[in-house]
Amino acid sequence: FFIYFKVQSANAIMKVLIPIKRVIDYTVKIRVRPDKKGVDKKAVKMSMNPFCEIAVEEAIRMKEAKIASELVAVTIGPTKCNEQLRTAMAMGIDRAIHIKTADALETDIHLQPLAVSRILAQIVQKETPQLVLLGKQSIDDDSNQVAQMLAGRLRWPQATFASSITVADDKAEVLREVDGGAQRVSVSLPAVISTDLRLNEPRFATLQNIMKARKKPIEEIAVDELGINIEPTLEYLEIVDPPVRKGGVFVDSVQELFDKMKQHECL
Amino acid sequence: VFTCLGSVFGIMLRNCAVRVQRKWLHAHFNRYASSLVVGEISNGTLADSTKSCITAATQIANNESVSVLLTGTESERVANETAKLQPVCKVFYCDSQQYTSNGLTENVADLVCSVVEQGNFSHVLGGTSSFIRDVIPRCAGILDVSQVSDCTKIVDESTFQRAIYAGNAICSVRSNEAIKVLTVRPTAFACDLEQTSDVASVEKLEPLPAFDGKQFIADELVASSGPSLTSADAVVSGGRGMKNGENFQMLQTLCELIPDCAMGASRAAVDAGFVSNDLQVGQTGKCVAPNMYLAVGISGAIQHVAGMKDSKLIFAINNDPEAPIFSIADYGLVADLFDAVPKLTEIIQNNKAAAK
Repeated sequence: FFIYFKVQSANAIMKVLIPIKRVIDYTVKIRVRPDKKGVDKKAVKMSMNPFCEIAVEEAIRMKEAKIASELVAVTIGPTKCNEQLRTAMAMGIDRAIHIKTADALETDIHLQPLAVSRILAQIVQKETPQLVLLGKQSIDDDSNQVAQMLAGRLRWPQATFASSITVADDKAEVLREVDGGAQRVSVSLPAVISTDLRLNEPRFATLQNIMKARKKPIEEIAVDELGINIEPTLEYLEIVDPPVRKGGVFVDSVQELFDKMKQHECL
Repeated sequence: VFTCLGSVFGIMLRNCAVRVQRKWLHAHFNRYASSLVVGEISNGTLADSTKSCITAATQIANNESVSVLLTGTESERVANETAKLQPVCKVFYCDSQQYTSNGLTENVADLVCSVVEQGNFSHVLGGTSSFIRDVIPRCAGILDVSQVSDCTKIVDESTFQRAIYAGNAICSVRSNEAIKVLTVRPTAFACDLEQTSDVASVEKLEPLPAFDGKQFIADELVASSGPSLTSADAVVSGGRGMKNGENFQMLQTLCELIPDCAMGASRAAVDAGFVSNDLQVGQTGKCVAPNMYLAVGISGAIQHVAGMKDSKLIFAINNDPEAPIFSIADYGLVADLFDAVPKLTEIIQNNKAAAK
């Protein structure tokens, strides 16, 4: 009995669910489509959302530190989204869930945070993780809503914009980046935590791990099977280029820079 | 006397008829919007971001009333101050312990949802800040409605403008929800509000059961002097080109010579540990739109530009003529910043001395 008990406490049993998103790579200069209905994604480089990568990395570190026992990544979207699940597994995630939508679905604008939070809530009920760790925002939609919506829906505590996370004794102490600096909070698990830029620097998947990841399982669930309404409630009437700033000029000296500032009454 | 009484009675009847008609219209067509602004207290007074949000609420078509909700230990006093603002019709506040120190988000969210449901509000708004970003979407999740984040324009009661892809695409979004939940970008709406002697009513709310599961440990705020980055008239920002944290002192000195000037930084400078994260300007940092933005040693990556391209005038100093910052700067100087910044400081100082 005692040996069993000791083994139990030495190995934490914490399952972490990491939702990730496939987005246009952050280095790409996006082009708004002439039909004003979206952004051009043909032959454009796609990647895992940088904040999601940070969440994946943090979860893997928890597993390496023997704080987490099982890591499950989940994504929602068309067939090609499985590429990002493969990347996550190559980095070190154990298994993945792909909620498959129609291939034509533009996940940047028509798969909206409300629908995502509804789907994730159901996955949470299915998987019963102690922690949901996800990026604070996706660099396409820039809404910064999913983590908070999910936490509200579940009535779980939330710790957003995490720049450091320490898990111990069924609690997570999180240092959050806020407007005036940082705030330290403690959340009881289960909880939802969203990652900010400075939480960690994600690793690159080695070729060896990319090969190994091919054997890891991806569970596919058609979104219709979930019985959740994912119809967009926000209608994108028009998507256009931002107003172009008229070009500026170079000045030749610091004196001239000062003169311009003075001329425009900046000083 | 009879004529007088008659006309008074006539007016009363007419007003009554108008109210009845309004109520019927409201019930049948919900034509009138009623907004709840989730407020924030900063430095002992109503935050500028909340004032901007109040302005945004007044721009909602058919807006009938703007109410403000405040929480925390200072909320009673600030509620009474807020009641004097001209556009505000009603102020709710709750100063119970669980709403201190900018909330525990969970408690404030529960309170907001309760007020929304009881008050029959059509719109719930907050002025973007880390607190509002934390609270409002949680409310949307509890209410099971969509949220439109960081609106830059109120087109009508259902249609809003916002940016996606780090500000590289502007969207016109219509919310088909019965309750419109939005956050608004403070730099897009004026924060100077008129006062009125017709003071709004102030209502103290009873606290809801406290949320169990989150504890506030400590604020680790950076002591800052000078104007706030998001509302300063001028901003001088340093990037990776500054090479280290000590060199930012040079920019601080420059800031002190420029009226209402705050210091900012690029993500690269924050990541490198030159300055603290509260100075970060960019897609995922602070969004600023001052009259003058001076970018020093900043290359001008998409993500940084997203946070400052609405500035009225942009000046840039960088030793790389190809730096992307020059394509959005109104005036650019290709120079070594370690040369140019001290020179600029000296010229400003001499100019000030000469003016005296």
